[in-house]
Amino acid sequence: MLTYITTRILACVPVLVGVTLAVFSLLFLIPGDPVKMMLAEFATTPEQVARMRAQLHLDEPIPVQYGRFVGHALTGDLGTSIRSRRPVAQEIGENLGSTAVLATTSMAVALILGISLGLVASLVRNSWLDVLAMLVALLGVSMPSFWLGLLLILGFSLHLGWFPATGGGDLPHLVMPALTLGLIASAIIARLTRSSMLEVLGQDYVRTARAKGLAGWGVVVRHGLANALIPIITIFGLQFGNLMAGTVIVETVFSRPGIGRLLVGAILNKDFPLVQGTILFVATAYVLINLLVDLAYAVVDPRIRLH
Amino acid sequence: MPSSTRGSASTSRLLRHRGAQVGFAILTLLVLLAIAAPWLSPRDPIRTSPRDALKPPGAAFRLGSDQYGRDVLSRVLHGARISLVVGLVAVGIAVALGTPVGLVSGYYGGRLDLVLMRVVDVMLAFPGILLALAIVSVLRPSLANLMIAVGIAAVPTYARLVRGSVLTAKEQLYVEAARALGCRDRGILVRYLLPNVVAPLVVTATLGLGTAILSAAALSFLGLGSQPPEPEWGRMLSEGRDYLREAWWIATFPGLGIMVTVLGMNLVGDGLQDVLDPRLRE
Repeated sequence: MLTYITTRILACVPVLVGVTLAVFSLLFLIPGDPVKMMLAEFATTPEQVARMRAQLHLDEPIPVQYGRFVGHALTGDLGTSIRSRRPVAQEIGENLGSTAVLATTSMAVALILGISLGLVASLVRNSWLDVLAMLVALLGVSMPSFWLGLLLILGFSLHLGWFPATGGGDLPHLVMPALTLGLIASAIIARLTRSSMLEVLGQDYVRTARAKGLAGWGVVVRHGLANALIPIITIFGLQFGNLMAGTVIVETVFSRPGIGRLLVGAILNKDFPLVQGTILFVATAYVLINLLVDLAYAVVDPRIRLH
Repeated sequence: MPSSTRGSASTSRLLRHRGAQVGFAILTLLVLLAIAAPWLSPRDPIRTSPRDALKPPGAAFRLGSDQYGRDVLSRVLHGARISLVVGLVAVGIAVALGTPVGLVSGYYGGRLDLVLMRVVDVMLAFPGILLALAIVSVLRPSLANLMIAVGIAAVPTYARLVRGSVLTAKEQLYVEAARALGCRDRGILVRYLLPNVVAPLVVTATLGLGTAILSAAALSFLGLGSQPPEPEWGRMLSEGRDYLREAWWIATFPGLGIMVTVLGMNLVGDGLQDVLDPRLRE
C-alpha cells in the first residue's frame, strides 16, 4: 500500500513540473511583445514599458525567470495583478470559497440526480421510462451550460421571481448556478450508472443473490449499485475537473464571483500575471484532487493497490 | 471476414440503428440549411436596422429581431455554417496532430513514448475548456484562433486513443510478418497500424465534434472567440443575455441551434459506438 501511495505521489511531480513550465511559457507564446500587449489599451511612455518589463523580470535570462516563477509559486507568491495591483494569491483566495461552494453543491446535485436517473433506467430497461430517462440524459449532454443557465434565469428569475438572477453570497444565489452545472454533469453520470448497472446486474453473483431468495431491492442496492458505483467513483476526479472548468462559464452567466470569473476577466483585460496565477492554481488543484481520488480509491478497492 | 464485407455489415447495422437514424436526419437537415443559408435567409444577417430593434417573432421576423434590428432567423441560419465549420476544423486539427503522435509513441515506445506521453499528461492536467482558455489567452480572440485553441486542446484525447490501439495492434502476427518481409517502419505504421485505429478514431471524432462545437460556443460566449458582428451562436447568446427580459428570442434560438447540432452528433456517435464496439453488441 505504501509503495502504491509513494509511486502515485511521485508520478504527480513531473506533471506538476510540466504544468509550471506550460503556464510559465504562456507569456512567451504571445505573438510580439507581451508587455506591449498587456499595456495596449493605455497610452504608455517607453519608461513605463521598461518599468513593467523590470517588474515582470523579463530582462533576465529565461531559466532564471522560470526558477523565480517556480520558487515564488512554491511559497504561495503568484505575482501581482497588473490591473488591481494586488497579489494574485490574494485575489484567488478571496474568490476560492465561492467557487468551491458552487463546485461541491453542483457535484452533490449531479450525483443524486445522475445515480437515481441511471438506476431507475437500468431497472426498467427498454421501457418508456428508460427511454425517457436516457433521452433527458442525452439532452443534458448536448445542452450548452450557458444556455441552460439563461433559460433558468428566464423561467425562475424573470418570470416566476423565485431566485435572484445574478450575484453570489447566499443560498438563494447558489440554487440556479448549482442546478445549471449539476444538471449537465448528472446527464453523464446517469448514462454511466445505467450502463454500469446493466453490466453488474447480468453477473453471476447477482443471479446467485437472487436465487438465495434475497429481496429485490437488497440485491439491487447491495450487490448491484455497490459494484456499479466503482466506475462512477473513477470518473469522479474527471467530473470534478469538468465542474471546475464549468464554473468559468456558469459564474459568468450568473455574474457570480469566483475563480472562473476572475480568470475570464483577467484574459479579457490582458492581465497576464493574474491569468498565469489562476490557471496554475486550477491545474494544480485538479492534479491534487485526482491524486486524492486515486488514493481514496485504492483504499476502498484492494485490486488497485495490488496491481 | 474480408474488411469490405465487414464494413458494409457495419454500415447496414448503423443505418438500422434508431438513434443514429435520428442523428443522421438532424445532421443532414443542418448541413442542408447551412449550405443554403444565403438563399434561405430572409435578410442580411449582419446589416443593422435600428428601427426594427427587438421585434418579437412574427410575420416580418420569423424568429424575431435583435437589439440592432438584425433578423434572428438569418443569423441562426448563418450561425449553423460557422458552428459546423468550427467543429470540423477543430476536430481536424486535433486528429491531424494527435494521430501521428499516438502512432509514433505507441509503435516506437521507449524514451520517445515516455516524453510524448508526459507532454500529453501535462495537457490533460488542464481540465475541460481550461486548456483552450489558456491558449486563447495568448492569441487574439478570433474565429481562426478559436478553432486552433479548441483543436489543440483536444489533441491529448486522440494521441492517447491512437497509442492504445497501436500498442495492441503492433503485437499482432501480421505486423511481425510485414517486418520480416522487410517492410519499413513508415509502411507498417501507415499500411498496417493506421487501419486498426480508424474505427475508434471515427467514433471519438464524431462525439468530439459535438464537444468541439460546445467548447467553441462557450469561448465565444465568454467573448474569447468569434467577434461581432459575426453571427456565431455562442456570441449571439451572450449578446442576447442582456435583453432576456425584453427579448427572450435573441438568446433562445441560437442556444437551441447549438443543442440540436450537438445532439445530432452525439446520436450518430453513440450509434457508431454501438455498431463498432463488439463488446456492446447484443
